[in-house]
Amino acid sequence: MLVESLAVLVLAGFVGFAVISKVPNTLHTPLMSGTNAIHGIVLLGGLIVLGMGADGVLNKILLVIAIAFGTINVVGGFLVTDRMLGMFKEKPKEQQDAAKEAKK
Amino acid sequence: MTTFVSILYIIAFALFIYGLMGLTGPRTAVRGNWIAAVGMAIAVIATFLLPGMGNWWLIALGIVLGTVVGVPAARQVKMTAMPQMVALFNGVGGGAVALIAWVEFRTTDGFAHEPLYVAIASLFAAVVGSVSFWGSNIAFGKLQELISGRPISIGRLQQPLNVLLVVAALACAVVIAAGGGSEWLIIGVLVASAVLGVMVVLPIGGADMPVVISLLNAFTGLSAAAMGLALDNTALIVAGMIVGASGSILTNLMAKAMNRSIPAIVAGGFGGGTAVA
Repeated sequence: MLVESLAVLVLAGFVGFAVISKVPNTLHTPLMSGTNAIHGIVLLGGLIVLGMGADGVLNKILLVIAIAFGTINVVGGFLVTDRMLGMFKEKPKEQQDAAKEAKK
Repeated sequence: MTTFVSILYIIAFALFIYGLMGLTGPRTAVRGNWIAAVGMAIAVIATFLLPGMGNWWLIALGIVLGTVVGVPAARQVKMTAMPQMVALFNGVGGGAVALIAWVEFRTTDGFAHEPLYVAIASLFAAVVGSVSFWGSNIAFGKLQELISGRPISIGRLQQPLNVLLVVAALACAVVIAAGGGSEWLIIGVLVASAVLGVMVVLPIGGADMPVVISLLNAFTGLSAAAMGLALDNTALIVAGMIVGASGSILTNLMAKAMNRSIPAIVAGGFGGGTAVA
């Protein structure tokens, strides 16, 4: 099980490297925000540990906080990214100029 | 049912990767973001379908709490305050990892009956998650100007102190991995990492903050991947590692765009102004 997981881990790492090759400078912050939203996947960790029956009051409190944190990370992350990108959409011309600038 | 869940996870990864590819181009970025969001929704729903899931009310409570806090925060934040908002969202992600690692310790009697790799991965997640949580909060505080944006450092003692904190966190972690079951040890790991996160980010000037946030973002991704190894959950491994890898590349790109190098930024002391990102 560990070896399979490690194989997946390494391959996922290379995918991550490959996906980000050329990014215009203007998209750095939205891209950071988008990847930030994706690591909100930790929410799943909270769901699994709590859902599979964690006992004890303190454990439950900690896990509810963890799930709330994870949800904030996911929901907030995607919404904030969308708002940042919406800012680009409103002025397409400047955006194109900026993108050209970044390519130079 | 578990096969079905795995298939849904695979669809979710595909959407994450496709969405991220979209995010790297100006024209496809908005759509890419939503594609990734759909992937996340599928991953969450798939997890609900796992056999043996329970504690539904508490799960609902956590999700409702998170939504009630997260949505208005994301909706109402000013455009100029975006970078610190990202820092905050990144921080809570790291905090979630650290908390899950702590509960893992509590529910397994200090990893007593778990394979060694579970202990190591959980402890790694605890350290990095805690560093990310506190570091991100300091980054937020600096950009929001709750703390002075200028570098704050204690001078020559800074580096030895940081090394000492790393050693302290690792020492507690090693004792746990070797079979020590006292809860104070895991609290020691979390606290030493927390102080380390604060100490590393405090000396960094406001202008360098976006790069630091990106670095902490990559860290949180790595800690999520480690948590996935410990929990044997492919979704966490894949999504966390993709963020860890792409986040490192992105950090490098951002540093280059600002003509700065990552070691110089982490060493701190420059960029006293407020952020421009």
